[in-house]
Amino acid sequence: MPLSPLWQRRTKIFRAHRRGRFSLYVFAVIFVISMSANLIANDKPLLLEYRGNLYFPALQPIAETTFDPSFLPTAADFTNPQVQAAIRAHGWMVWPPIRYRYDTIVWNAGSFAPSPPSARDWLGTDEVSRDVLSRVIYGLRLSILFGFGLTIVASIIGILAGAVQGFYGGLTDLFFQRFIEIWSGMPQLFLLIILSSIIAPSFWILLAFLLLFSWMTLTGVVRAAFLRARNLDYVRAAKALGVADWRIMLRHMLPNAMIATLTFLPFILSDSVTLLASLDFLGFGMPPGSPSLGELVSEAKDNLQAPWLGFTAFITLAGILVLLIFIGEAVRDSFDPRKTQ
Amino acid sequence: MSFCTVENLTLQAGGQTLVDNLSFCVAAGETLAIVGESGSGKTLSALSVLDLLPPGITRAGGRITLDGIDIAGATPAQKQKIRGGKAGMIFQEPMSSLNPLQRVGKQVAEAMLLHGKFSRGGLRGRVLELLTEVGLADAPRIAAAYPHLLSGGQRQRIMIAIALANDPQLLIADEPTTALDVTLEKQILDLIAAEQKSRGLGVLLITHNLSLVRRYADRVLVMDQGRAVETNSAAAVFAAPAHAQTKRLLAARNLAPPASIPNAPVLLEARDLAVKFPIFSGMLRRKTGEVAALDGVSFNLHAGETLGLVGESGSGKTTIGLLLLRLIRFQGEVLLDGTDLSKLSGARLRAMRRKIQIVFQDPYGSLAPRLTVGEIIGEGLTVHAKNLSRAEREEKVAAALRDVGLPADAKNRYPHEFSGGQRQRIAIARALILQPQVLVLDEPTSALDVTVQAEILRLLRSLQERTNVAYLFISHDLAVIRALSHRILVLKDGKVVEMGTAEEVLGAPRAGYTRALMEAAGV
Repeated sequence: MPLSPLWQRRTKIFRAHRRGRFSLYVFAVIFVISMSANLIANDKPLLLEYRGNLYFPALQPIAETTFDPSFLPTAADFTNPQVQAAIRAHGWMVWPPIRYRYDTIVWNAGSFAPSPPSARDWLGTDEVSRDVLSRVIYGLRLSILFGFGLTIVASIIGILAGAVQGFYGGLTDLFFQRFIEIWSGMPQLFLLIILSSIIAPSFWILLAFLLLFSWMTLTGVVRAAFLRARNLDYVRAAKALGVADWRIMLRHMLPNAMIATLTFLPFILSDSVTLLASLDFLGFGMPPGSPSLGELVSEAKDNLQAPWLGFTAFITLAGILVLLIFIGEAVRDSFDPRKTQ
Repeated sequence: MSFCTVENLTLQAGGQTLVDNLSFCVAAGETLAIVGESGSGKTLSALSVLDLLPPGITRAGGRITLDGIDIAGATPAQKQKIRGGKAGMIFQEPMSSLNPLQRVGKQVAEAMLLHGKFSRGGLRGRVLELLTEVGLADAPRIAAAYPHLLSGGQRQRIMIAIALANDPQLLIADEPTTALDVTLEKQILDLIAAEQKSRGLGVLLITHNLSLVRRYADRVLVMDQGRAVETNSAAAVFAAPAHAQTKRLLAARNLAPPASIPNAPVLLEARDLAVKFPIFSGMLRRKTGEVAALDGVSFNLHAGETLGLVGESGSGKTTIGLLLLRLIRFQGEVLLDGTDLSKLSGARLRAMRRKIQIVFQDPYGSLAPRLTVGEIIGEGLTVHAKNLSRAEREEKVAAALRDVGLPADAKNRYPHEFSGGQRQRIAIARALILQPQVLVLDEPTSALDVTVQAEILRLLRSLQERTNVAYLFISHDLAVIRALSHRILVLKDGKVVEMGTAEEVLGAPRAGYTRALMEAAGV
């Protein structure tokens, strides 16, 4: 389907934005790699043939007894040399490029963990002797998904709340404003500490909890834009045409707020990534053992003798944040009607 | 000997010539009016006299001498002495040219102190004297007030006082009354004329309004696209305009009134319209009274005719427009085709809305900036004609664009790519695509240049002849009202002052207020 001339112009401006376009490509590559983390870094073969049967160990659990009846009927541990030998005797295996999952212990990495980068562990191992590269890939996946999830849901809630306040004004606005003032006064970190002392927060619980507080970022901006817009002539003209309230908000007023919103989005996204990393750093984030960038930073702090941890953590975090902001800039410019001429 | 002489002035910005080889002079005691449309370079020429050009615009050539000093060669200190000292300036917008955080008396005093002509002792007395001179009767109270407490006319008087604070020899007035009401306009210009006479000032008046020029200017310079096309005494210009642009400007103010429509049926009947706002006061915010924006107004609108609503700001004329569209709450009843609009709600109100549409004053604010022109015009169809297919809707939008004289490719463009007049055409297309019976025109031409004004008025008239839509035309300018209205209703402070056919009201006005408006509009 051909794009409308408007979208053609928008994509053209985006393409003309070299830094943003380059960032998008890099981010896309990182995104694809991290989303297919299971196929790139895994301690199970992607494909194996054993006595004429094909298996996909990365996708389905396979009992050890499949390969030798004398083994235990548990899920096969393919890092075990005996298991490997048993399979090789009657078939073959295709391994992913990195033979470690984020939680695979590298047994023969050296006398000390963390061990420095080597031909096998490109970024070395961490203090529990896990492969850092594998953890970074899984950590990026977690951070990106968490960041997107938090940003999208928080923005939708925030925009809706701001739109309702700004459009109806008066008492609605007054009560909503006071509620937000009280709500934003809640000590988020203390609540999180209390929460994590009661239950071990999972991905979804952490997301829901942070959502309770992060939706307010956009509310003020959107509210201001709507308050300004509601007495503009073109909004009145739309009312005079008989356009329904929600449609006026969506079509006539929201686009006004969109520039402000889009300006904020990359920052909210990078904030979310930073927030998760800092919670993990403090130990109130994901359950222990999860592949998180924050935990990597924390390990780097504890192991200053192992600078590869610190460098990896810094470059990964800073890189992803910078990319997001450059992309955001380009998106913002391409939606700017003054440039869409 | 002229106080201010400009010779062969050329102004450029980014390789583009904005003012081309312009020469004029202003002698003591005379008023030179520079007239032109927006973009003709008249304001830039005035600013360059005081070397106040905005950044990016450079003087490519020419000589400007003020009181014997060449502005190009003047040091910053000399320029400062001239600005405000030898030449005062009044700007267009009295709302933003005063500092909102300082009392106005202090601002006038500051202007007096700047040039060292006055000492601090006895300054207050002189400030009050000056405020009285510019017609602010209650000078001590006004001097202690902040700008937001004053009306537009009072603020413009303060600006004049500041401009006159150091006994200048030249007064530059850049559209000094564009933001003011017609009757205030006259007062302010009378004040400038009186000051000119008593002080022997040279006045450089920048304006697009020719009726002002006729009454206040000695000489006229007509500008078009950066060039002076005609310079002559005011009397000669009005008696025998030489250049085509001058003729166009003059003709734009003199459109013939429309032909009358006999026996048109009554379409809309408004009875006892009133809009009142409560006044709250005291600790408990109890209602202690009411302000009536509109009080007991009744009128009929016939099919296919134009009813002109005229009055100053605050007279309630815009309020009538908004209440007919049910955009504000009101008392009284409005019968359209026998249905009382004031009692409708929900879906029936929405259905009724297609019969009354509105075109607003500000062509820059009335179009959603982030929708394309096609989306803006087609919006009414998506609400009121949901069964139309996409192709049918596109077809109707294209027809509407054709009707208002815009090219078909306009529909994919954004409003900001169009000029004020073109935007107003878009707004008219949006209103007319639903084929309403009544179109409220709320000062649709007051933000436009006179020649564009005339084009829009002609367009409105031809659309009316073709579609038989009735107009409720709101304006403060009787010259514009005359060009379109069959009947006229004069409003003051929310009450009807006079109502009748255009010939009756304009030919033999009964109310003094109508006569004042006519005089102010130069009709």
